[in-house]
Amino acid sequence: MQVQTHVDIHSEWGIVAARQAGRKLAREIGFGSVDQARITTAISELARNIYLYANRGQIKIEEVTASGKRGIKIIAVDEGPGIKDLRRVMEDGFTTSGGLGAGLPGVKRLMDDFNLHSELNEGTTITATKWLR
Amino acid sequence: MNPFIRDIILEHKEEIMETWLVEIKKFRSDDLLQNISDTMYENTNREFVNKLTHTIQKDKDEFQDDLIQFAERLIQLGWPLNYITRGLQEFRKITVEALSDTGENYCKSIEFFQEIENWIDDIVNLLVNQYSGSWENTVFLQKMALKELSAPLIPVFDNISVMPLIGTIDTERAKLIMENLLDGVIEHRSQVVLIDITGVPVVDTMVAHHIIQASEAVRLVGAKCILVGIRPEIAQTIVNLGIDLGKFPTKSTLKKGIESALEMTQRQIVEIEE
Repeated sequence: MQVQTHVDIHSEWGIVAARQAGRKLAREIGFGSVDQARITTAISELARNIYLYANRGQIKIEEVTASGKRGIKIIAVDEGPGIKDLRRVMEDGFTTSGGLGAGLPGVKRLMDDFNLHSELNEGTTITATKWLR
Repeated sequence: MNPFIRDIILEHKEEIMETWLVEIKKFRSDDLLQNISDTMYENTNREFVNKLTHTIQKDKDEFQDDLIQFAERLIQLGWPLNYITRGLQEFRKITVEALSDTGENYCKSIEFFQEIENWIDDIVNLLVNQYSGSWENTVFLQKMALKELSAPLIPVFDNISVMPLIGTIDTERAKLIMENLLDGVIEHRSQVVLIDITGVPVVDTMVAHHIIQASEAVRLVGAKCILVGIRPEIAQTIVNLGIDLGKFPTKSTLKKGIESALEMTQRQIVEIEE
């Protein structure tokens, strides 16, 4: 069973919509309130990055199963400028926008699996999964 | 409108109306129209089709007001726009079909089709404009209402104020929070401000960043900030994100926040002994 939701991000309201879709699916899968908060926060970070750096993109949220475990997978896709320095972007406190610089490393800690793929001037795809324990 | 077309439409008016009424009934099964009573639906259909045939008999100015009033009433009753657009599409189709069947050669010409198109398009534009205008108006009013609820600063004791935050914080609201906070601190001569985030569903790095900036600004105008209403799950996500809130005091509930704010201003709440 695959439940997939697509949310287009092109304004700040898209971030809210993505987050609500994520919370709904996380609740349906059976995540507790702390994990729900982790998942929605992670979605919020990824969606905000899209809005901030790429202007527009997509958040896909789906249910996944692997080796008997259920989980939620978030895929953030954009065709923005890409990330210049992949190593530094995962360091705490590194920011190019004057923010806290905790977004991507934070998402990595909030979720279980984290995958970042980015090509300069092509776009960025981030996949993050949280497994139900 | 071409007088020939007008006359031929009026001649076949009854026929067109009857076919349309039959066709429009088929929409009835559609989603949004179901909670409207049968008589109501019937009456509105009749009125709508009458208005449409009136449009060819009257001047533009005259029927415009009439149609606008009709649309406004539908909007108030919550009829979907879909009813109007589909109704008009159907009306155009039926009119063209009915008139083609008359055998008049003119009724098969491009010119004739264009006349009919223009006539219906004008009406569609008018009605759709009414609908979208009313939606824009609603959105605007709701935005204003939201802004009023956005970020109030409430003085609770001398020198102590509370700012309860409820709902999503976007960039615009963050700006408002900062402004209201600083203005309020000066106006109420607050020494301690409590920011209550019980009602904020998600605290991500941007929200945290704005709160940190706001409290830093409050510090600059000589007051102190206490962050209250941090729910357990929010506390965990803040730690996971690696956000450093070590610089300013936090309390789990507004009550505890007020107690420590009173302490900071050398006061306390005591129970009166009889």
